[in-house]
Amino acid sequence: MTSPWFSLAFGLYLLAAGGFTVFIIRQQKWVFRWSYWLLVAGFLSHTMFLGYGYYQLGLAPVLDLRSALSFFAWSLVGVYLIVQVRFKLMVLGSFVAPLAAFLMIISSAMPLTAGPVKPLFKSLWLTIHVGTVFAGDALLTIACLAAIMYLIQERQIKQKRLGSMYNRLPSLATLDHINYYSIVYGFPFLTVGMMTGSVYAQVALGRYWQWDPKEVWSLVLWLFYAALLHQRLAVGWQGRRAAIMSIVCFGVLIFTFVGVSLLMGGYHSFSSMGAR
Amino acid sequence: MLRIIAIGMNHETAPVELRECLGGDADNPRKALTWMRNLEVVREGLFLSTCNRVEAIFVSDEADAAKESVILLMARLGGGQTGDFLPCLYVLEDRDAVRHIFNVASSLDSMVVGEPQILGQIKEAYALATREKTSGVILNRLMHRAFHVAKRVRSETGICGAAVSISYAAVELARKIFHVLEGKKVLLVGAGEMAELAARHLLAHDVSSLKVANRTFERAVEVAGHFKGVPVSFDEIDSELPNVDIVITSTASPGYVITRDQVKHSLRKRRNRPLFFIDIAVPRDVEPQVHDLSNVYLYDIDDLKGVVALNLAQRKEEAVKASRIVEEEVGKFEKWLKTLAVVPTIVSLQDKAESIIQAEFYKSRSALDQLAPAQHEAVETLVRSIVEKVLNDPIVFLKERAGRPTVNTYLDLTKRLFQLNGMETEARGEMEHGE
Repeated sequence: MTSPWFSLAFGLYLLAAGGFTVFIIRQQKWVFRWSYWLLVAGFLSHTMFLGYGYYQLGLAPVLDLRSALSFFAWSLVGVYLIVQVRFKLMVLGSFVAPLAAFLMIISSAMPLTAGPVKPLFKSLWLTIHVGTVFAGDALLTIACLAAIMYLIQERQIKQKRLGSMYNRLPSLATLDHINYYSIVYGFPFLTVGMMTGSVYAQVALGRYWQWDPKEVWSLVLWLFYAALLHQRLAVGWQGRRAAIMSIVCFGVLIFTFVGVSLLMGGYHSFSSMGAR
Repeated sequence: MLRIIAIGMNHETAPVELRECLGGDADNPRKALTWMRNLEVVREGLFLSTCNRVEAIFVSDEADAAKESVILLMARLGGGQTGDFLPCLYVLEDRDAVRHIFNVASSLDSMVVGEPQILGQIKEAYALATREKTSGVILNRLMHRAFHVAKRVRSETGICGAAVSISYAAVELARKIFHVLEGKKVLLVGAGEMAELAARHLLAHDVSSLKVANRTFERAVEVAGHFKGVPVSFDEIDSELPNVDIVITSTASPGYVITRDQVKHSLRKRRNRPLFFIDIAVPRDVEPQVHDLSNVYLYDIDDLKGVVALNLAQRKEEAVKASRIVEEEVGKFEKWLKTLAVVPTIVSLQDKAESIIQAEFYKSRSALDQLAPAQHEAVETLVRSIVEKVLNDPIVFLKERAGRPTVNTYLDLTKRLFQLNGMETEARGEMEHGE
């Protein structure tokens, strides 16, 4: 049965997404405030849901695609709420909230799986591994959203057609900053996530690295972001090129997150986890 | 019957020579108010004079006579004959006059719709009217409502939003690229009024340095002196490009002063920091292909004009929204105006009740004097609240009927029921004076 906390969070996210969409069109502050607090309420009930799941399973509920997507949505909203405090960029919510709602829609459409959890997963390492990886993923998602906003705004200025989005989106410098900082903070999380995963593998399976497809693709992903950071820090990339690159990197991230798990098997795949 | 009347001329109805005639002298508004105060037929008055409009707004109960005198007054002010400017005048009454004043205050009637200066000018005119004591109950309320409407229009519509001058549009663009201009470096190539205006706007946004290049170094020194900038020679532009963030060009040069190759070479040293060119010169100073380089933005004078035109069009759209707000507020004001007719009767009703209370207290003073102060106070509160409660319904009834044609019947009836006629004349006071 779907948990009422999940349904509540889902409903609140949908409302918040609707509110943020109205906000970007109408540009009224009170709409933003309402949407923002709806999102906060959704986040809190989502936290309740996950907390209850943790209590029941004894580990973070991330073992099937349904839970993983919902956990991802939760991380994304959580990271957004923190970023919002730092940057106070109201329009960002109009991109984050619909994405979170979208993730929840897919998540709720997935079948519920239940059953005993393999003792293998009942380890604190798993929660740390998944928690850091998802925090990193969420930050890199924000980076990608900022990059998309950057490209929209840059296009308007380059084409000298200052349309309705021109007024609604912030300055290029702001968007580039958000993109930069999200990657600078997201990358270490990703790195730590991979390291803890490796330690966990050693503890649980006796090997740090075993060429599992997810491991390989995570490494590819890590190299992509490392390259992007290098270009930004050492070569001085910024603006358009950095934005495009971070969108490409995000594509790899999505493939690693969803594609590899569904298509390529290995011990990371949800099907192997489901067979518990 | 009291009427609000606005007589005036603006940039659309009158040529500038005529407006200068009337508005040229800074002391004219005060003079006009003094004359207005001396007019028997004008009850309250306000005189507004800006470079785009000259208006007299006044309250009178003999509309036609008042209009005539005010037009004569304006003619005297301009030192000409009424015939000269009669065709340029608009005369608005009541609802139209109120709407007009709200429109003017919200800058919907301005030459550049949405420019905020007019509100300040109206506030000044009103301040003068209060100093000269020509403003009364109605104008006070009217002007305060006008300020309120202007505030609403400003906050609820985007009418004051985007820049409508070229130099300001350039600054706004720069802020969309750099977010803050604080600490940015500006290079001004050549000189000209508009370029210097843009430079001045940028300096107001705290750019950290301004360098001025000119073909003739003496001229560069001179222009740099205006802005506390640093003069550089024309050959130094190349070496400056890697350092600056915003370049404003306006030379008289027939060819390009800054080419794509020049900019491209500077990019590596710039480490891709954005670079914004504002080319105000005709013919253009910066090679258009510069715009194709990444993180480099070039806007020439036509682009900026396009931005301004777009912003103006946006303001016009917002003006429709603003008109709705104005209409709503005009309705509210009219409602208030109508309740004014019943105010004297209500006041005299309350006065009568008060005098009865006083008289009865006086009669019972010997008994009341024996009470402790707290008890005395309690009795007084009791009496007053009874009277208030009894009078409340008739007063609400009168206020509700204020806008209807039958209001006079009810006023009459109230006066007869409570025998108010005797004291009405005292209570009427300023409000109904002369009726």
